[in-house]
Amino acid sequence: MFSSRTLVPVPRNMLSDMRTTPLHPQHLELGAKMAPFAGFEMPIQYTSITAEHLAVRNAVGMFDVSHMGEFWIRGPGALDFLQYTTLNDVSKLKAGRAQYSMLPNHSGGLVDDIYVYCTSETEYLMVVNAANIEKDWAHLNGLRGEFEVQRPASAELQLENASNFFALLAVQGPKAAETLQALSDSDLLSHKKNDTFMAKVAGKWVRLARTGYTGEDGYEVFVAPDEVESVWKALLEAGVTPCGLGARDTLRLEAGFPLYGHELTDATNPLCTPLSWVVKGYKTFYAKEAMMGRPCLQKLVGLVLETGIPREGYTVLKNAVKVGQLTSGTHSPVLKKGIGLAYVNAELAELGTGLEVEIRGKLVGATIVQTPFVQ
Amino acid sequence: MDYPDNLKYSKSHEWVRQDGDTVAVGITDYAQDQLGDVVFVELPSVGTTVSAGDSIAVVESVKTASDIYAPVAGEVVEVNVTLGDKPELLNSSPFKEGWMFKIRPSQSGGLETLMNAAAYRQFAESQ
Repeated sequence: MFSSRTLVPVPRNMLSDMRTTPLHPQHLELGAKMAPFAGFEMPIQYTSITAEHLAVRNAVGMFDVSHMGEFWIRGPGALDFLQYTTLNDVSKLKAGRAQYSMLPNHSGGLVDDIYVYCTSETEYLMVVNAANIEKDWAHLNGLRGEFEVQRPASAELQLENASNFFALLAVQGPKAAETLQALSDSDLLSHKKNDTFMAKVAGKWVRLARTGYTGEDGYEVFVAPDEVESVWKALLEAGVTPCGLGARDTLRLEAGFPLYGHELTDATNPLCTPLSWVVKGYKTFYAKEAMMGRPCLQKLVGLVLETGIPREGYTVLKNAVKVGQLTSGTHSPVLKKGIGLAYVNAELAELGTGLEVEIRGKLVGATIVQTPFVQ
Repeated sequence: MDYPDNLKYSKSHEWVRQDGDTVAVGITDYAQDQLGDVVFVELPSVGTTVSAGDSIAVVESVKTASDIYAPVAGEVVEVNVTLGDKPELLNSSPFKEGWMFKIRPSQSGGLETLMNAAAYRQFAESQ
């Protein structure tokens, strides 16, 4: 047993070089199973991945995602810089609004997928994946020089890596809004999906964003590292279920969301994924020609299996000939079936197409379905 | 964590219980706790001849797939078909309802190489 690769708890003495979040002592106190993730020692589960998953689907759960990175982009040139370095249309973002986006690389692949929050006309917060903080920071600073040469008029710009100045909680589920509202005198409920605003929660000033990575309604809570413990404890007392990265992964997969390093990589053309809507081809962005010129030999699709559980790296076949591979897979706690995301040859990437997945030498039937897997 | 005294244990975290001329096999309480929620179990076919150490079954938790090894040599004579519908029995009742398969050990089955409860407990807790 335990010959597996991902997110399996390891003995505590192997974790000594890991970074930790400000909530680390709370995770240990709650008896969480800890594992390395993107250089951080993070909670994988507190009680059970399935129970935590269902708490988010049916009520409200919270995740410590303080390991994620935050960059400030400020100044009169911030909008132009973001228009150039990201794929979505930042000019559509008014103050107090946020959007999902991506950072393209020089070859039409992806440096990272990100969220961009407009906090004022000249100030934006970019949230990036924990594993990519250093890479993204170097990439943006590299492009900054190029940007300044090309557009000296709009080059007044400050970049700040503020990753250590934020703790981040994701409070998610159909009861997230009412639970947070009960801890705040501000009006949280009138804010819509992708709104971001300042509010007092459990007596602490926080930045809230009605965003998340679970497919449920919910808020992400940006809070000072030295104040996150009291907010966390207030949410625990309010009955919010603490959830680990195990449930975060099964929830995002049921919602059909990609995870950088799996569905999205340096080599991924986003136009070959269901996220092609992010790419705004009518604007100019970094290495646009490289991305637009690349054909989609394979496309990203959702698969549901007849039996068994698909895993990352498994082969997808059609009539016993290899036509693709799984990038993520798990058991869906809601559907109670094996689900996965896979790149398959473009000519087969149609809803309803019957395929096979090889599991330990046996072929199991699979069907291409619409994502999200769970509505 | 339970370590019942009447069982023998392998280093790969299977337990073995002697019932007359056959042995029942499952995964230990320690193993199910490490794996988390078990959601799928693949069992060997009845009639299969196995050697000790062969990978003959698979337990999948939400996160990962793990091989289950034959702790003794012999013939698979029965499997717990209930686990097809209720794989979670490996979590809720690892030593009783969550048994996985029964083997009729061959003459040199290898039962004597397994650990007793005290030795396994020490082994598991040092992992």
